[in-house]
Amino acid sequence: MQGFAANLVLGAEGGLLIGDMIVQLVFFLGLLALLGKFAWGPLMKMMKDREDYVANEINTAEKSREEAHRMQREASDELKATRQDAQKIIEDARKTAGEQERDILDSARAEAERLKESARQEIEQEKEKAVQALKDQVAGMSVMIASKVIEKELSEKDQEALINQYIDEAGEKR
Amino acid sequence: MNSLNHEAPIYEDAFGIGWLDFNLSNVLMMFVASLIVFILGVAATRNMKRYPKGYQNFMEWLIDFIKGIIGSNMDWRTGRLFLPLGLTLFAYIFVANMLGVVTNGVVGHTLWWKSPTADPGITLTLATLVVVLSHYYGVKLRGGKEYAKGFVRPLPFLLPFKIIEEFSNTLTLGLRLYGNIYAGEILLSLLVGLATTGVGGFLGATVPMVAWMGFSTFIGFIQAFIFVMLTMVYMSHKVSEDH
Repeated sequence: MQGFAANLVLGAEGGLLIGDMIVQLVFFLGLLALLGKFAWGPLMKMMKDREDYVANEINTAEKSREEAHRMQREASDELKATRQDAQKIIEDARKTAGEQERDILDSARAEAERLKESARQEIEQEKEKAVQALKDQVAGMSVMIASKVIEKELSEKDQEALINQYIDEAGEKR
Repeated sequence: MNSLNHEAPIYEDAFGIGWLDFNLSNVLMMFVASLIVFILGVAATRNMKRYPKGYQNFMEWLIDFIKGIIGSNMDWRTGRLFLPLGLTLFAYIFVANMLGVVTNGVVGHTLWWKSPTADPGITLTLATLVVVLSHYYGVKLRGGKEYAKGFVRPLPFLLPFKIIEEFSNTLTLGLRLYGNIYAGEILLSLLVGLATTGVGGFLGATVPMVAWMGFSTFIGFIQAFIFVMLTMVYMSHKVSEDH
């Protein structure tokens, strides 16, 4: 146990060596400089970079969010306008279709009327023609008959009868 | 009585200068700790991605952790300046503390592998560096006049106490770290000594040793945290406008 104490004191004595102190100072300052240059510097730069990057990203995200919001609003506006346009176009088309329908019907009706009219005229003409032809034939036949009758010898009796008949007829008529 | 009987590999009168002595084990361990921290730091920052994963995540967590320490003491605009210092201090002290927890290496009768922070000279050097830096930044950021006025605020008769405070701050900052780590190493060496006494000793020492190594890891982390925290407290006393 005495050896203990002696050694403890010895240890303490051996501690305060100027050389050690200088070496420690030099080593530590050297370590500080080297680590600052090769380790802490790059590491802190990287951390700073990351901080900047994150801040930047957040900014960008914020901006794109706003942009997206704006575009969405625009798109919905546009959609609404488009819908209205489409509505209008459909409305127009319907109207045009109605008009066209009416036009077509009208023209069809007029056409039919015209056809009917022309058909009637044709019928009328044919009828007149037929009547004319009939008249011509009747006249021809009358002449023929008359000539036949005239050709035939009139007996005195017949002549007389005929004359009487004419006279009667003439008398009745007047 | 393991490491306690071991000698430190002291190289005296280097370059023929009488007062220049080196504890070569300390030099070795400082070098190892610095190298590990450097390799870890550089490895973490190779191949960095904007979307961090794995190791990079861990380093960024560490940065946020130190940022939190600084942010609780001063506003971030001035505190940003001390982030590399805080990170390096934390990483270096934590790794240095862990080196002694993992194992103590003895070659012959000479103790080579241990925590460099289990040496008061080294911790006091770090503490002095921090306090000197706090004065430097106090003058740099607030101007000589404001810096000087800081010593007579809020009342002029506090001046001597303020001056004493600077030295006591340095001492407590360094010795707290040293004491904690050194005590941890002593207990570990005692347990190792117990374990080498025989089968019974080995069995008896195993459980407390595992427990103590866990505790030492915790202590190593806490001490690194406290060191950085107090560094930032002292810094903020010097560089902040209001306190």
